[in-house]
Amino acid sequence: MNASPRLAPSLPARAGVGLKPEHVEAILAERPDVGFFEIHAENYMGAGGPPHRQLEAIRRLYPISLHGVGLSIGSDRPLDKAHLRRLAALIDRYRPGQFSEHLAWSTHDTGFLNDLLPVPYTQRTLQLVCDHVDETQEALGVRMLLENPSTYVVFAESEIPETEFLREIARRTGCGLLLDVNNVEVSAVNHGYDPLAYLDAFPLDEVGEIHLAGYAETVDDAGHPLCIDAHDSPVRPRVWDLYEYVVARLGARPTLVEWDNDVPAWPTLHEEARRADRHARRALAPKGLRHAG
Amino acid sequence: MPAEAKLIASALDAFAAAILDPAAPLPGGALGREGVTDARRIAVYRNNVAVGLIGSLEKRYPVTRRLVGDDFFRAMAGAYVARRKPASAVLILYGEDFPDFVAGFAPARDLPYLADVARLENAWVEAYHAAEAEPVALADLAALAPERLLDLRFAVHPATRLLALAHPAGAIWAAHQTAGDPAQPDRWVPEDVLVTRPQADVVVRVLPPRGLAFARALFDGASLSEAAAPLAEAGDDPGLHLVGLIEAGALSRIL
Repeated sequence: MNASPRLAPSLPARAGVGLKPEHVEAILAERPDVGFFEIHAENYMGAGGPPHRQLEAIRRLYPISLHGVGLSIGSDRPLDKAHLRRLAALIDRYRPGQFSEHLAWSTHDTGFLNDLLPVPYTQRTLQLVCDHVDETQEALGVRMLLENPSTYVVFAESEIPETEFLREIARRTGCGLLLDVNNVEVSAVNHGYDPLAYLDAFPLDEVGEIHLAGYAETVDDAGHPLCIDAHDSPVRPRVWDLYEYVVARLGARPTLVEWDNDVPAWPTLHEEARRADRHARRALAPKGLRHAG
Repeated sequence: MPAEAKLIASALDAFAAAILDPAAPLPGGALGREGVTDARRIAVYRNNVAVGLIGSLEKRYPVTRRLVGDDFFRAMAGAYVARRKPASAVLILYGEDFPDFVAGFAPARDLPYLADVARLENAWVEAYHAAEAEPVALADLAALAPERLLDLRFAVHPATRLLALAHPAGAIWAAHQTAGDPAQPDRWVPEDVLVTRPQADVVVRVLPPRGLAFARALFDGASLSEAAAPLAEAGDDPGLHLVGLIEAGALSRIL
């Protein structure tokens, strides 16, 4: 799957979890059977200290997936060269099995805005994003994965469906895609479309990783349900269904359970990863042999 | 700039402005399900930015937060976030000048020690993320001929920070490291504080009188005898000051 010499061998096609400092002690003591650990690159951009000591210990035992949350690939401003160098240094140091970033922007003239902000989908932004993906892949020497966003608004300027936009980025740049199934559900609810139709239109052949997470619910000004990509709770039943739908069509892929806020104790998070593996097995079981996961 | 590039730039400018300032107009091109602008949808993004940045300050300044309470801290951090955005996506660097903001924050005027506690907490985080280096051990000194000692010079450990604080912030910080009712400082005096991290754990030490000047001199490249000269007048044993710095792990190398 990955042809990038600077990456370690591909991640196993099973569930992994986001690495949280509060879990490291338990993980090192128990050595749980988990496919991989994913880290947010920006949390490991200090010079040294306990974060690196912990990650080195984890890396000796498990594959690592490097997930960036601050490169601002969807911005119309130039990429931050210093940030690319920091990412390259992490890849050299930890040899992750994969590197991924978001179809979103987060940096503007005023500084870093610390959120994954939405991109208008036009021919112009398509070219901008492709240029940024090319630049990133060149600077890092890896084939990256680009993640579909969860969004709360759509732009009047947009003229290309999101699935087409992603397909074209993958085609032009050779990058892979990270399919966040929770983001699909969140955006589908927020914009009133069918998540299965979105998945049917998604370029599944390019998917190198899947993300799962929990969302929160509120309503917009018009009283429509508004889902928030909160990463603060268990994966919802509807998202498990979509996950099985994807796995049945695509086969098993490295799958991350994201739980970044109100982080539970390690056994709870570990159980969520085991649940993901059970859902994947069920999706792949011959019809008629399926039973409740 | 081609027309379409301008269109995209202005769409993103308007979006950023609406996120940064609740009083800014809603970005006209960012739509909800009804095909019209929707304040609550924009508020999700604005809230994500504010909560995320305030959260990183809450993590960086836990004792400062405990001293003023969650609501006060959130308001103070929110005022800072409104003025200062991170220079980069590396949020472990964000909020290093928050202590100066606290010092000038009018509603915190009655807590003059608050900014000093924040200064200590910022030094703690800097030490936590600093580069690794093997610290000088007492055994390294014992291995040297005694006549060489006075000429020694040292490299400061990359994690080491020195703070001259007008309030007993070291004592206040230490009293808040465990749950339960924190003890008041024994004496309400200025404190000089050393923060460093020789191995995995951050070390915080309140320095004895004259310890700060001695440490600064050594860190600036003075030899042991040069740094010790002012101590003799006060009748201090420079050896005790040196042993204190070495035991804390503040020195990384004998030059």
